[in-house]
Amino acid sequence: MRDTSMLDVSSTDVATPTGLSAIGLQFDASKAALIRGLTLHLPDSGIHCLIGPNGAGKSLTLRLLHGLLPPKAGQVFWRGVALSASDRVAQAMVFQKPVLLRRSVEANVDFVLKSRRTKDPDFRDSLLNRVGLAGRNKQPARLLSGGEQQRLALARALAIRPRVLFLDEPTASLDPNSARVIEDILCEERHHGTLCVLVTHDVGQARRLADSVAFVADGTIAEHSPADQFFRAPTSAQARDYLSDHLVL
Amino acid sequence: MHSISEALSLALALVFSADPDLFEIVGLSLYVSLSATLLACVLGLPLGALLATTRFRGRGAALVVVNALMGLPPVVVGLFVYLYLSRSGPLGFLGLLYTPTAMIIAQTLLITPIVAALSRQVLESLDGEYAEQFQSLALSRWQRVQALVWDGRYALLTVALAGFGRAVAEVGAVIIVGGNIDHLTRVMTTAIALETSKGELALALALGIVLMTLALAVNAMVYSVRTTATKAAYA
Ligand SMILES: Nc1ncnc2c1ncn2[C@@H]1O[C@H](COP(=O)(O)OP(=O)(O)O)[C@@H](O)[C@H]1O
Ligand SMILES: [Mg+2]
Repeated sequence: MRDTSMLDVSSTDVATPTGLSAIGLQFDASKAALIRGLTLHLPDSGIHCLIGPNGAGKSLTLRLLHGLLPPKAGQVFWRGVALSASDRVAQAMVFQKPVLLRRSVEANVDFVLKSRRTKDPDFRDSLLNRVGLAGRNKQPARLLSGGEQQRLALARALAIRPRVLFLDEPTASLDPNSARVIEDILCEERHHGTLCVLVTHDVGQARRLADSVAFVADGTIAEHSPADQFFRAPTSAQARDYLSDHLVL
Repeated sequence: MHSISEALSLALALVFSADPDLFEIVGLSLYVSLSATLLACVLGLPLGALLATTRFRGRGAALVVVNALMGLPPVVVGLFVYLYLSRSGPLGFLGLLYTPTAMIIAQTLLITPIVAALSRQVLESLDGEYAEQFQSLALSRWQRVQALVWDGRYALLTVALAGFGRAVAEVGAVIIVGGNIDHLTRVMTTAIALETSKGELALALALGIVLMTLALAVNAMVYSVRTTATKAAYA
């Protein structure tokens, strides 16, 4: 079920023909090398977690993979071809802090549908229902609670029927109910064959969801392993230290 | 010469008796300044949106110029428009000098930079908040601008009201290009200037009362727009 052949970090400097690959990514800001030769291969689908200490470069990596930032060196590939604008149209991202429009709940989803030249109130309502916001259509989006705002941001991301879904600590500081709703939806999306790339702080969440785990440290991937292997016997010292810190709790 | 209290009671009598001369002057003021505000929005809003959402060489200089133009002295604008519209000027053949149209042109020039500069600020700070989300959604430039204008609608409305407030209270430009001709180009501010210099304090005060009330009304509108928007977290 879990395809481990894709996950070998060391093997390759050509893109895998399936899935999402990053090769030799570098990113600098104000002369500091923040992402330093990062290579990562993710398969076509499944939930893949980026974990690692604060400031390791997880958010930057997600932005580079999504094409929000131009790398100084290296490249991102989708199915073996350099990521193009049309690939990006099928990608969505849920940011750590949701950015909602100054409009109603339903208008936030309709906006995304309209940007894709569709209008589908039934689909929109089914999305709101999925994230537990059914019947809240007319409420001002920015008056929702933090958890509700993040669920709305997820509904909006799902509105584009993403092939790849990026999530940057979507459940950090959310109430347990909102966190569970989001985790359940990620599992459903995996079932539908979506590739979910999830940055998380929550080792428990990574254990529950991940098919593979990439450990980010110091602007590069210290280790990328299938989840069961990662949690049973991490190969890198950094990941071992991190896990022992976080599992004792 | 009336005493102040005498003038004041005469002024109130004019206001409450709905004096036709007074109404004509107030009506023309509103017509000229509302038209100028509308035109300034048509010109200034796209300019502000352009400056807010594009990065080009010389953008910094353009921002400095637009911001500096916000403080244009009205008499200078009046003089400039006068030179263009006077009989020997390049647009003299249009015969617009000393007409309400000339006054609309002058006020439009005066407040377009205000609308442009303030809407640039509004849209740029909103863009700062939305930019990454919009980039993630792979929106076109036009889709982005549309969304920014719509989401900034309450703030932009207060920008328009600020422009109107400046236009309706301005005297230097309209007196030069309008000439303060009775029943033709006499507006509140020019009438106040003239009537005061003639010692006709009653009409001047009456117009002053209307102008102050208008200023209060505009500010009350700005305030209520803001509160409405804030309540729904749309501001
Ligand atoms: N635009 C930027 N300019 C300068 N430094 C940045 C920028 N973005 C991120 N950084 C720095 O890069 C490092 C990695 O950031 P980030 O990817 O956000 O870490 P995290 O793994 O916690 O998500 C941090 O030290 C952060 O301060
Ligand atoms: Mg982060």
